Amino acid sequence: MNRNQLLKQIMEYDFVLYELQLYLDTHPNDMRALKMFKQVSDTVCSLRKEFESKFGPIIARNNESTTTWQWLESPWPWEN
Amino acid sequence: MWQYEKKLQFPINIKTPNPKLASFIISQYGGPDGELAASMRYLSQRFAMKDNITKGLLTDIGTEELAHLEMVGTIVHQLTKNATTTQIENSPMAAYYIDHGRGVFPASASGVPFNAMTLASKSDPITNLVEDMAAEQKARTVYENILRVSDDPDVNSVIKYLRQREIVHFQRFGDAMLPDLNGKHSKKIIIFCVLFIF
Repeated sequence: MNRNQLLKQIMEYDFVLYELQLYLDTHPNDMRALKMFKQVSDTVCSLRKEFESKFGPIIARNNESTTTWQWLESPWPWEN
Repeated sequence: MWQYEKKLQFPINIKTPNPKLASFIISQYGGPDGELAASMRYLSQRFAMKDNITKGLLTDIGTEELAHLEMVGTIVHQLTKNATTTQIENSPMAAYYIDHGRGVFPASASGVPFNAMTLASKSDPITNLVEDMAAEQKARTVYENILRVSDDPDVNSVIKYLRQREIVHFQRFGDAMLPDLNGKHSKKIIIFCVLFIF
């Protein structure tokens, strides 16, 4: 999977996760949603790890290299 | 506190410059029903909330609005980045260009710079939440106005996404407010609010 494909997949799962987060804020006792949140959260976590090891950090503190400050590398989100 | 994620909430890849459309869409950056007003409204109102549902919801929706602010800024940037000066001069963006060039500045489509008077933040949770529901509807209406004047599919897919989010936020605010009303106010007020919302 190339950078854009993997990033798009992360965006899709992140969207599901955020939607569930808002839903759980007003329905905190919905066990089905809570279980789904955990499942999606685990998937997002592994996808993000894969992305960050291949293409650089999504969050600055996940900069893995000890020789390059990859955080500054292009592209930035608003660029196409 | 906040932490930046180096990605958009929804992909944006606009191929055709269109300064006219940019001059309309800037309103959702810094206009009366824009994403800057939305995020500041919710993140400020949090301090007045009494229960954890509304504290959490305002935090999370306020945070999402910051991501939407970035998306609207991205649309404006991509629509103007490669526009020629002649294109801009012959568009409604001409006056904006004199003040800001191709930069992204929080203003409304009619040129009024961002004004915090477009939002309210009171110590009464119900007052705040009712305002929030109206704010989501107003933002939805503006996104629909934008869809009526835009024929660029690259832009419209993003605007349609943002419009949908307004609807979801409206529903969440309604869900958050009704139990609050049940606990603290008379039945008469509940009936009034239900009629008001639906």
